Amino acid sequence: MTRHRVDVLVVGGGAAGMAAAASAAREGAKTVLVEEGSCLGGVLDQCIHPGFGLHRYREELTGPEFAHRMLGELRGVEVWTESSVLEVKPDRPLAKTVGAAGWVEVEAKALVWAAGARERPLGALRIPGTRPAGIYVAGLAQRMVNIHGLLPGRRALVLGSGDIGLIMARRLHLEGMDVVAVAEIRPHPGGLLRNVVQCLEDFGIPLLLSHTAVEIHGQGRLSGVTLAQVDGAGAVRPETARLVEVDTLIVSVGLIPEVEPVSSASGDLSMGGISTSSRLQNRTPWLFAAGNCLAPFDLVDTVAALGERAGAAAARFARGELRPAPTVSLRRGDGVAVLVPAAVVPGEPAILYLRAARPMDEARVSVGTDGVGRTVRGVRPAEMIEVRLSAEETEAVARLQEATVEVIPLR
Amino acid sequence: MIGAGVVGALVAREISRYEGEVFLLEREPDVGWGVTKANSAIVHAGFHEELGTLSGRLCVEGNALFSSVCRELEVPFERIGGYVLALSEDDRATLHGLHAQGTELGVPGLRLLGREETRSCLPHVNPAVEGSLWAPSVGITEPWALAVAGAENAVANGAVLRLAEEVHGLIAKGGRVCAVKTCRATYEVDAVVNAGGLQADAIAALAGLRSPGLVPRRGEYLLLVDVPSALRSSVLFPVPTPQSKGILVVPTVDGGLLLGPTATDLRPEERSSTQTTARGLAQVVEGAQRLIPDLPLGKAVKAFAGLRPEPADGGFWVGRTEVRGFYQAAGMRSPGLTAAPAIARWLAGQIVADLGLVPRPTFNPLRSAIRRAAELAPEEWDALIARDPRYGRMVCRCNRVTEGEIVEAIRRGACTLDGVKFRTRAGFGRCQGGTCTDRILSLLAREQGARPEAITLHGPGSPVVAGSVR
Amino acid sequence: MRVICVSCPMGCAVEVETQDGVPVRVSGHGCPRGEDYAREEVLEPKRVLTTSVRVVEGVLPLASVRTTGPIPRRIIAQAMAVIRALEVPAPVEAGQVVIGDLLGTGSALIATRAVARRGRA
Repeated sequence: MTRHRVDVLVVGGGAAGMAAAASAAREGAKTVLVEEGSCLGGVLDQCIHPGFGLHRYREELTGPEFAHRMLGELRGVEVWTESSVLEVKPDRPLAKTVGAAGWVEVEAKALVWAAGARERPLGALRIPGTRPAGIYVAGLAQRMVNIHGLLPGRRALVLGSGDIGLIMARRLHLEGMDVVAVAEIRPHPGGLLRNVVQCLEDFGIPLLLSHTAVEIHGQGRLSGVTLAQVDGAGAVRPETARLVEVDTLIVSVGLIPEVEPVSSASGDLSMGGISTSSRLQNRTPWLFAAGNCLAPFDLVDTVAALGERAGAAAARFARGELRPAPTVSLRRGDGVAVLVPAAVVPGEPAILYLRAARPMDEARVSVGTDGVGRTVRGVRPAEMIEVRLSAEETEAVARLQEATVEVIPLR
Repeated sequence: MIGAGVVGALVAREISRYEGEVFLLEREPDVGWGVTKANSAIVHAGFHEELGTLSGRLCVEGNALFSSVCRELEVPFERIGGYVLALSEDDRATLHGLHAQGTELGVPGLRLLGREETRSCLPHVNPAVEGSLWAPSVGITEPWALAVAGAENAVANGAVLRLAEEVHGLIAKGGRVCAVKTCRATYEVDAVVNAGGLQADAIAALAGLRSPGLVPRRGEYLLLVDVPSALRSSVLFPVPTPQSKGILVVPTVDGGLLLGPTATDLRPEERSSTQTTARGLAQVVEGAQRLIPDLPLGKAVKAFAGLRPEPADGGFWVGRTEVRGFYQAAGMRSPGLTAAPAIARWLAGQIVADLGLVPRPTFNPLRSAIRRAAELAPEEWDALIARDPRYGRMVCRCNRVTEGEIVEAIRRGACTLDGVKFRTRAGFGRCQGGTCTDRILSLLAREQGARPEAITLHGPGSPVVAGSVR
Repeated sequence: MRVICVSCPMGCAVEVETQDGVPVRVSGHGCPRGEDYAREEVLEPKRVLTTSVRVVEGVLPLASVRTTGPIPRRIIAQAMAVIRALEVPAPVEAGQVVIGDLLGTGSALIATRAVARRGRA
């Protein structure tokens, strides 16, 4: 059992964590990056498809290539792989870590939580039926195919049209599986339009909107899924039920931030993830966070940018240079499904990331009631809207106790 | 022994205290995959049982034995107590009856609580609660772990475990059972114990016994994880009906909260129908919300169902039968799990007496569980990692299961994903295997020298993958 | 024909009028890239193909690969067949060229990750 003293401890070696660690080290902080897996990269290595790096590197890269670039930027960081942070107590940034080298207590001055998100399991949806083999969340199926070289089955249905589901529909099709359809409970696709085109339309895979699974069949191995349509209120229309015979069900029904080991320290979890101010700092001042553990993001470039800011802020905090400042809470209002961060610091610029609840041709994003806002076009829930607020604008918001963020359609 | 569920395994263990060959036969690929695997995991106090019944006596005895058996076998057992909640005046009258009945049966520590006291003990409970019955001897355990542990201990003491071996016939001569035919062999025997769970009536028929028949009763459940600890203090029961104990709220030994079960009688031919239903799951939610209105249902991670063998005649077929040499430990309405240690002792006593068995001097009642690295003190975990670095590699982060434990489970007999899951809890947590399944699959393939295509979820017919991509 | 441009996140809906299969009028694009993309989508849709190749004696069974540029959509199935038949010996370097010119498209097939050689037991 050893004790290690560092300035900044970064938990999670995916895009957010690598960016945070690199950034903290650049600020001169003694930085350790802890990763549970055997190598850095998080989900990037299994995301062999393109769509990464357009903003960060002005090039369209695949996941592994993006990870490779980020790895190259990691200088002056001590990296511990196959190490798990078991617990972070609320009173101080002391992390209990275990790895192949044994038990280590890391005493840090600041901690950046970048542990990402997990996939919602099918069991959480309470769909009746049996519990056979052949049901996999999309990321697990992706690892099976891309890392282990294993085919999950022969004939698949994808439940959920988020990006991971769409990507896997294409992947499984290209590897010779019969992908019969992608079913989506909402009336619009959950993922990017480009993925609907390049993953489904290109291969003639039907996208069944306003559909959900109502029963699972099969004893040892999945034999089929009963699909049914839902009405405008989301209620199942039983008369539309039909059996789709498949031996594989790919489940892509949402991401849940992985925050359990640090939840006693971080307190209230808004959006299910770690609450932070626009400084990416939690109410517990030594705790910072970035990436999907805040809320599910759409672009890895954004996740990396957040990681960079969180790492730098953590390093400054470790140096005693981040002065405490009052914050104004942001509340999710009409039309907002996801909103990060949970608060802004008046007088400091802030970047807000939000997902609209519904598609809108043109909309007004307003922050508070003092006229701070933006007009945006082509609003889609799958694509995060980035709103950069100036110091003056956050100052304007300061006059309110709490600022409600809304996305109201203009047409 | 026919059936290696928790009852069969514990009976086999008791008999292995004596000289003689014990064969423990199980038709499933692993131990404890029948009724043992899908029940409420409650060690009942006994006040639900009627006076003068065998179930009542064996339940109270079994409850008292649970601590020592679980200690010897290193199986989790927590005596967290239970409350039966009265939500109406009629309910309160029933509570008085249960209190009286339980006290007569010898259930320790029963106490009736009024409205205010109940609400102060259970602030999250339905505010319409009128009172409760507090039963401190109620406990929770891990039934499949107990079955595995009992079987391992029996084997360590000389018993032979045969998995995936189904009994096809029993041969009796002159009113005495003398041989058992399975799909693989014929065993000449002096005694046979029918611990066949849902199949017990069919097995009894093989011995020529007319039994009243078993009705498979399905119970559906919903599992929640990461709920506030205030909701996990004790087991909550509604007032029982003649049909069942009702839909309960039960903390699990691994940090979860189990809601259920429903009670739906199926036709005999449906005895493998463990699917959940829309109606059943709705009943679970409704029933649980009656007890705790603000349940964090967003924390649900799994819905499942299990079957209980309901004897048409009221049950508890335990002990000698008309066929000499043929004994039963079957037809157990709840509380089969609770009564199991007492059934094991009683039944073994009968068999030992009838066969004139002598004690085995080398019998060792102790069995070591797979060490959960995450439950060790830091220095112990460190030392374990120094000996074997695999104990430092986390595979299931939700339940903190390391590679070392998974390899140990495989070496101890787990050959399927479920086998690993039930022995280590890997895949049982908040992500339900979404993060670790591929690694467990690799470990199973590697440790068994098998191709991944050969690995199954729970035995033949449930392959995990279809083949290689290249 | 209506084409959703995927060159940038705007996703402009571009209308392409064709005569005898040839684009004659393009409208609705927000930038020149959109016009080019839409014309190509109508004439000869192209995609970057990403998949995996089998690695021999590597620490992993596969290495992820990509085409360096977009290739005609209509030959993707054929390209997959070619790639499926390949075997690349470990070690594989990130960026390593696996096929110099894939089916005469002018695009190469390169590895997008490294795969080390399996150590001797």
